[in-house]
Amino acid sequence: MNNNINLTIDNIPVTVPKGSTILQAARQVGIKIPTLCYHPDQAVKANCRVCVCEVEGSRLLQAACSQPAMEGMVVKTRTPKVIEARKTILELILAHHPQDCLNCIRNGNCELQDLAAEYFIRDNPFELKRRGLPKDYSTPALFRDPDKCILCRRCIDTCSVTQSVNALGLQNRGFETMVVPSMGLDLIDSPCVMCGQCIHACPVGAIGEVEEIDKLLAALADPNKVVVTQIAPAVRVAIGEEIGMQTGELPMDVFVAGLRQLGFDYVLHTNFTADLTIMEEGNELLQRLNEGGTLPMFTSCSPGWINFCETYYPDLLDNLSTCKSPQQMFGALVKTYWAEKMNIAPENIYSVSIMPCVAKKYEASRPEMDDSGYRDVDLVLTTREIGRLFRMSGIDFTQLAGSDFDSWMGAYTGAGVIFGASGGVMEAALRTVYEVVTGETLQDVNFTVTRGIEGIKEAELDLAGTTVKIAIANGLSNARILMDQVRNGESPYHFIEIMACPGGCIGGGGQPITKANTKRVERIEKIYAEDEKMPLRKSHQNPEVKVLYDEFLHEPLGEKSHELLHTHYHAKNKKYL
Amino acid sequence: MKPEELIDEVRQSKLRGRGGAGFNCGQKWYFAYTARADEKFVICNADEGEPGTYKDRIIMENDPHVLIEGMTICATAIGARQGYIYLRGEYPQVVNILNTAIDQAKARGLLDDFDIEVRSGAGAYVCGEETALIESIEGKRGEPRYKPPYPPVEGLWNQPTIVNNVETFAAVPAIVKNGASWYASIGHPDYPGTKIVTLTGDVNNRTFFEVPTNTTIREIIYEFGGGIPAGKKFKAVQVGGTSGAFIPEENLDTPLAFDTMTAIGATLGSGAVLVLDESRNLIDVLTRISGFFQHESCGKCAPCREGTMRLYDLMLKVNNGTGKPQDIKIMQKLGNVMAISCLCGLGQAAPAPILSSLEHFPADFNVKLM
Ligand SMILES: Cc1cc2nc3c(=O)[nH]c(=O)nc-3n(C[C@H](O)[C@H](O)[C@H](O)COP(=O)(O)O)c2cc1C
Ligand code: SF4
Ligand code: SF4
Ligand code: SF4
Ligand code: FES
Repeated sequence: MNNNINLTIDNIPVTVPKGSTILQAARQVGIKIPTLCYHPDQAVKANCRVCVCEVEGSRLLQAACSQPAMEGMVVKTRTPKVIEARKTILELILAHHPQDCLNCIRNGNCELQDLAAEYFIRDNPFELKRRGLPKDYSTPALFRDPDKCILCRRCIDTCSVTQSVNALGLQNRGFETMVVPSMGLDLIDSPCVMCGQCIHACPVGAIGEVEEIDKLLAALADPNKVVVTQIAPAVRVAIGEEIGMQTGELPMDVFVAGLRQLGFDYVLHTNFTADLTIMEEGNELLQRLNEGGTLPMFTSCSPGWINFCETYYPDLLDNLSTCKSPQQMFGALVKTYWAEKMNIAPENIYSVSIMPCVAKKYEASRPEMDDSGYRDVDLVLTTREIGRLFRMSGIDFTQLAGSDFDSWMGAYTGAGVIFGASGGVMEAALRTVYEVVTGETLQDVNFTVTRGIEGIKEAELDLAGTTVKIAIANGLSNARILMDQVRNGESPYHFIEIMACPGGCIGGGGQPITKANTKRVERIEKIYAEDEKMPLRKSHQNPEVKVLYDEFLHEPLGEKSHELLHTHYHAKNKKYL
Repeated sequence: MKPEELIDEVRQSKLRGRGGAGFNCGQKWYFAYTARADEKFVICNADEGEPGTYKDRIIMENDPHVLIEGMTICATAIGARQGYIYLRGEYPQVVNILNTAIDQAKARGLLDDFDIEVRSGAGAYVCGEETALIESIEGKRGEPRYKPPYPPVEGLWNQPTIVNNVETFAAVPAIVKNGASWYASIGHPDYPGTKIVTLTGDVNNRTFFEVPTNTTIREIIYEFGGGIPAGKKFKAVQVGGTSGAFIPEENLDTPLAFDTMTAIGATLGSGAVLVLDESRNLIDVLTRISGFFQHESCGKCAPCREGTMRLYDLMLKVNNGTGKPQDIKIMQKLGNVMAISCLCGLGQAAPAPILSSLEHFPADFNVKLM
């Protein structure tokens, strides 16, 4: 049977596999059809109607995103009728939209703004109406500005389908329709886990990170503050996208130099505490395996995932590793160990972390994250916010000479690097645990089964005669599958890595706006390329981690570790689940 | 009769849907029949949300068995075991009638392994649209789905599903009994059979009657309806419900069949006929109608959600005397775009009353403009 369909679009013959839409067929031959509600990784919604086209024989225009290509179909995408319809629909949407571009977090990166420009919307015949809905700044991580919402529903899809969190839904109907957190609550009272994936889904500025750039500028301007920063592993591969470079193009040392130009006093690396996490978490796993502790053990470095577990699986909190995330380990150490070593008064340290994540903003604000005697992490900025700062500062990265990380919490291995991708924590742990348990040197450090964007990955590992079963999930709907197994007593695994965001931290809610999973895949490749180039690729080889244990912590899971590096979890008891 | 024979008989009869879209009933069944699936469903659309329409209620109250028989024939033809009657929420009294009739039919073993459940609608007009109705039965927000896939291929719970109007199902038993050619010979050849018409507005007999489909609008108004009261003159007639076009005097000799109505830029719709005499202010009527659509738009698709609101705003403006010629142009353009771009029939048809009035009764607007 022939599974191909032949049609013509704007007189160009196209052959596509059966089941393709007009939109897919058009893209195949480079014909651009505008879209707003369409998202390449989501189910078709067909609600914005800006993709309409003429199809010969049909009185109605057809939505290119939902209309299947059919044999012999004759499609026209640029007739006066089509253009008039698209323009009118855009005018309708814009007339019920604040048109606040200059003040908008998505100015310059907004699908609606782009279309308004492309369709030269000038004298909108419809009177400007604003809904006048209040902004929701109830969470420390992300805000919602429902006035800007164009009701495409992409965020709802992400929240319910990709993340299975179901925090967003619809209220009212007709022109009073609104996207609201469940039951019309503030976001903080909804089951929202603050992963920020809806930010990527949103074509406009109706959802964004809570911006805190001003706080950094104030700290940098304060002569009494020693401003120290940590960079999370997933940030470097993506930051280039914010400053006109390719994914992964900005070299780490130039990135560091750029941060120094912004005025940071010390530039350190979260990869250091990622390596440290492996030392603690790896030993915790071995302890649980040997001493009959709660299994499977879940990784705990993704704060969106922690929120999810506390919200939806409060009965499984004992399965969570007690290890703090690398960000919070860093925060606790920078104002104790590092301060001591550098002879800097901890109260003067202003600890900033640069994260691919908005949930990290919330995590840093948790009241229990003060084991250093101060708030461990003072400020969390996302990759996007740092991108903005770079653009504001006008740094020319092509002219900038590289710079090294500062000492004592700046060294890292390839194992720390891969924390940025789904499966990376698991692979890093395996590299270390294997050598600790067997006493042998790993011949090949690459556990490729753990890699990639696939939702759930699993593997078995022989550890000196004991078979350890592991699983990895990215995206919370995948986590849910593994959690339900655990809850039902059917989980075959000993160790489960979970990252809230699709693809892991490289796809985090604070990363450059990510319109498709293909971009996540590209970033993942860059992460492993970076790991490949590292001279040291196992956490226990990190020289500065060795110093830390020798001089300060003494041993993994020791007293000091428990004081500074481990934490506990609380059921969230959300009202309307 | 075997399923293929049943379907063929219905198809040959040229019975076309009485719910508004006028699709060949047997052809629709054939799609569901050939669709491969473990489960198939039959749904009777008894939502009847169209203001001024109550033909389905008349059938259900007076002969519920003919509906159940029609649905059972459909179930036999396509291979369904579960049926639903999606009943307008405002018809609670009909629930008992239907349930009693279903029980009676079951008691006599007439349904075989087919079962019918009566579901009460949630009151939204859009839930009469077949895919919104399906969503509603599934317990979701009553919003239309994009098509294709059409319900006969992917309907309730994504299984092949036939949705037909009450009047459509009610026509089936007689077709099976008397044969396709008997039915095809009644009324207008393109849309054979009879149609129940509900007549409202400025006529002497505001009532319902069943007429062959070659009956003209004029006959409906002047013969069956007894003409316009108090010696007033005819102004306009709206056929098909709220979203119907306003038809002028010169088109009154059009038969009440599907294609004949389409040919004059109108629709047959549900068969509601609203007559306006010369004393009526069309602008006032249109303003209320556009208010109805702004209220009933489900809000899913942008052109309808925003467009119905704008049409209402503009009609209010014209109605209160502050409209400008430019506003008429905007309505015209917006209406034309909505008619071809909206996701479902509601938004596509919502501008029809305004557009047809602009065409046939421009003076009514002009006197109101600034
Ligand atoms: C807004 C809207 C409301 C509708 N309401 C009804 C209704 O109340 N009853 C009905 O039978 N069909 C209604 N329809 C038509 C249905 O979508 C569908 O075409 C019909 O039920 C198919 O049955 P038929 O082929 O027997 O006509 C409506 C369509 C739209 C767009
Ligand atoms: S969401 Fe887009 S169009 Fe709207 S104000 Fe922001 S940048 Fe402008
Ligand atoms: S918040 Fe953004 S993603 Fe969600 S419906 Fe509105 S515009 Fe779409
Ligand atoms: S046309 Fe109107 S009623 Fe139909 S889907 Fe669009 S918004 Fe909803
Ligand atoms: S992109 Fe096709 S309807 Fe929105």
